[in-house]
Amino acid sequence: MKSAVVVFPDSNCDRDAAIALEQTTGKKPVMVWHGDSQLPNDVSLIVLPGGFSYGDYLRSGAMAAHSRIMSDVKDKADKGVAVLGICNGFQVLTEAGLLPGVLIRNINLKYVCRPVGLTVEESQSSFTRSYRKGEVIRIPVAHGEGNYFADDETLDRLESENRIAFRYAEGENPNGSARNIAGILSEKRNVLGMMPHPERVCDPALGGTDGHGLFQSLVETLS
Amino acid sequence: MTEVTPEIVREHGLSDEEYANIKGLLGRDPNLVELGVFSVMWSEHCSYKSTRAHLKRLPTTGPQVIQGPGENAGVVDIGDGDAVVFKMESHNHPSFIEPYQGAATGVGGIMRDVFTMGARPVAMINALRFGAPDHPKTRHLVSGVVAGIGGYGNCMGIPTVGGEVNFHAAYNGNILVNAMCVGLARQDKIFMSAAKGAGNAVVYIGSKTGRDGIHGATMASAEFDEDSEEKRPTVQVGDPFTEKLLLEACLELMETDAIIAIQDMGAAGLTSSSAEMGSKGGSGIELDLDKVPQREANMTAYDMMLSESQERMLAVLKPGREDEAARIFKKWELDFAIVGVTTDTSRLIVKHHGEVVADMPVHALAEEGPVYERDFVRRSPAAPLGPNAFDPQKPIAESLRRLLASPDLCSRRWVWEQYDTSVMTDTVQAPGGDAAVVRVHGTNKALAISCDVTPRYCRADPLEGGKQAVAECWRNLTAVGATPLAVTDNLNFGNPEKPETMGEIVSAIDGIGKACRVLGFPIVSGNCSLYNETNGEAILPTPTIGGVGLLRNGARMATIAFKRSGDAIVLIGHTEGHLGQSLYLREIEGREEGSAPPVNLGTEKRNGDFVRSLIEAGRLDTVHDISDGGLLVAVAEMCMAGGIGAKLDSPKGIALLFGEDQGRYIFTAPPEVTKEMLRAAEAADVQAQLIGATGGSELLVPGMENTNVATLKVEHETWLPNYMRAS
Repeated sequence: MKSAVVVFPDSNCDRDAAIALEQTTGKKPVMVWHGDSQLPNDVSLIVLPGGFSYGDYLRSGAMAAHSRIMSDVKDKADKGVAVLGICNGFQVLTEAGLLPGVLIRNINLKYVCRPVGLTVEESQSSFTRSYRKGEVIRIPVAHGEGNYFADDETLDRLESENRIAFRYAEGENPNGSARNIAGILSEKRNVLGMMPHPERVCDPALGGTDGHGLFQSLVETLS
Repeated sequence: MTEVTPEIVREHGLSDEEYANIKGLLGRDPNLVELGVFSVMWSEHCSYKSTRAHLKRLPTTGPQVIQGPGENAGVVDIGDGDAVVFKMESHNHPSFIEPYQGAATGVGGIMRDVFTMGARPVAMINALRFGAPDHPKTRHLVSGVVAGIGGYGNCMGIPTVGGEVNFHAAYNGNILVNAMCVGLARQDKIFMSAAKGAGNAVVYIGSKTGRDGIHGATMASAEFDEDSEEKRPTVQVGDPFTEKLLLEACLELMETDAIIAIQDMGAAGLTSSSAEMGSKGGSGIELDLDKVPQREANMTAYDMMLSESQERMLAVLKPGREDEAARIFKKWELDFAIVGVTTDTSRLIVKHHGEVVADMPVHALAEEGPVYERDFVRRSPAAPLGPNAFDPQKPIAESLRRLLASPDLCSRRWVWEQYDTSVMTDTVQAPGGDAAVVRVHGTNKALAISCDVTPRYCRADPLEGGKQAVAECWRNLTAVGATPLAVTDNLNFGNPEKPETMGEIVSAIDGIGKACRVLGFPIVSGNCSLYNETNGEAILPTPTIGGVGLLRNGARMATIAFKRSGDAIVLIGHTEGHLGQSLYLREIEGREEGSAPPVNLGTEKRNGDFVRSLIEAGRLDTVHDISDGGLLVAVAEMCMAGGIGAKLDSPKGIALLFGEDQGRYIFTAPPEVTKEMLRAAEAADVQAQLIGATGGSELLVPGMENTNVATLKVEHETWLPNYMRAS
């Protein structure tokens, strides 16, 4: 399975994502510069990593969504290539129109970094098939703008189409997200955006391995 | 150009004698640009003129030391060709005036000090001191400083993994923000700041120069008064996005061999970086200010030389490598400009609009600043506590609860959850333990990091307090299983022109030096912050000690949380019941009195070496040092962290339970192996005592009402968030 990690100016979880991918797939991902126009043609997974692309200036993800590489990301997503946006990557995906809704300032206006409980809402996807539906996993969040917002119609639709991949567990919503949403799938289910960082919990020494299932799911589906 | 009048000289903070020296060194009167340049280079902040003579007494060498004080950061050998690069620096004055930007740019500045040496920063910690919780400014300052540290560090993607947060009325008018950055480099890829050779290009990289921060270094070299708020415009504004690009671009350039010397533009910006690089390399530097990337029009030479705009670096490149370097900076969308050339004249010559606007000997700027042997008075240590200093009948359980929910002992979760602690996926011990631990990426090794000082001890007895700060840092590193390697110090004091304050500085340095020598814990970098006074009221003497230790096998690490029920609890070290200057006395009896607890460095070393040897042998995974609050607080912290109760059989009584005797640890081990451990301790001349066992959900102590651990934890966790919510 060939994967690529896009590096924007001030991506800062690109290396973390690459390590998790290498551990699971056995192969180093290709690191692709935001100013390039093309991803390798044979990639089966594109990761938009966490960070503060363009300093989060203007709005988080807003400028990265217009990077040169993003038109190829969109083309490949349209063709069904799996795209995973983590944290800032999720923000970029909403700004690029690949996922609905927006991520606004955390409800208490403070950055938050801590492990949170997530309920796996949907195990029928190439990102989550290693998990059981309803399972609660613990994955850290680290963001200041992770408060998922969309109109009721969009939220209803996400629910009715089973596109909510993860919700914050009862009482653990760290940011005020609508309907406790932590991660959502695109209509074609090949794009996942999530605020928590699965790449940070793939090693027992780091306090858990609950993130491993996500990368394992991708390996099983895409290899 | 403006004429230099005696009034202008005074406004630049220069004494008559200093001005006369400048005239002597130049052989003429300085012009305004030259006066400005001399004034910042010879400021307390840049020249260490009050402390230099005393700092010389500190031990700075050892087999592990690759680079001691004098460069942008210290460098220490951690084996296998790897090196750890670290330094701590204060941003006290700006953080008081503008807490978010002051703290943020403090973080940015210390990161540049580390990556300019060729190291990738891997961890940040910080020591913060605020005024009394009920002071009207405190909440605002805590909120702004914490947000500023997080705002910068989080954006850089470098984990902030620990530190200290304390409150005391002595900091009402002068808070302390000491930030420490730790980076990793290969030993054969360390970059220095000596601009050797003539005819090499001097290049400017990073952000454009604006009018911000002019005279920041001078501000940091004077006391505050009622009008300090008016100094807000001297505080710089940080741009962590640009810093992240600068970090990556510099590390990319460092992969090549194009660099001769590189230094960040920190305090006094272009002035200090060029003067110091020239002086260290024995070269002259000629700068053409027309080439400097500028943020605004019509800046004068004075503005540009004194600007403290952030996220800038100055480098000297090997001949012919300019295009290669320019390509890297273009890729990262940063300014890159050849602004000068090295010369063999040993002079700093500054040109603007085709005219020479300054011409000064570099060595005079960087090295011939005034050195003062200021008068000092060594205060005698505070008297020991007399009899009846405390009420022996006070209910212990209630005192414990109050202590654990007091501003200085409550959980700092509210603070550290605003910091990204887990980015870079190497943080194996996050805030809340004795020391933070981060793995050396791609190896089995790990680094332990801690910063410590107990200012109330330093006020009672600067010498013992200085020793204690070093000992506590060494102990915290030891408690996680690390071998302490070296120290960076950040000496925060009041006005050195007052003999009493100077006496505190001298005694604290003596104490620090003594402890560093005995513990084999040399000082490799540091910073002094003096004039922390407002309207004549000084802070408590606060010599912050930042230490780094090495775990050769990162898998063998101890944490404070109780892990199993039925483990034996062992106390290492001698318990006298020293309540002088203790938190118990302050929080429960309302008295800040008595002598500081003495530190026996020989015992400290024996006890620590013994505990560490057990952790390194894989025989201990649960260890906590005993510090603020004493034995009972330490046990309660271990209970709360593990969610497991404990039953203590001894010791008994308030003094023994809450005294702050030094050199002590608590560890737990399965009962069947404890006997042998106690024997080993005896053989090593280490006092060890079985004091109880873990288990249940309560803390049971002789003479104390049984106390539920979960309830304690709720109280411990809620003080700070509740305080910050109230307004």
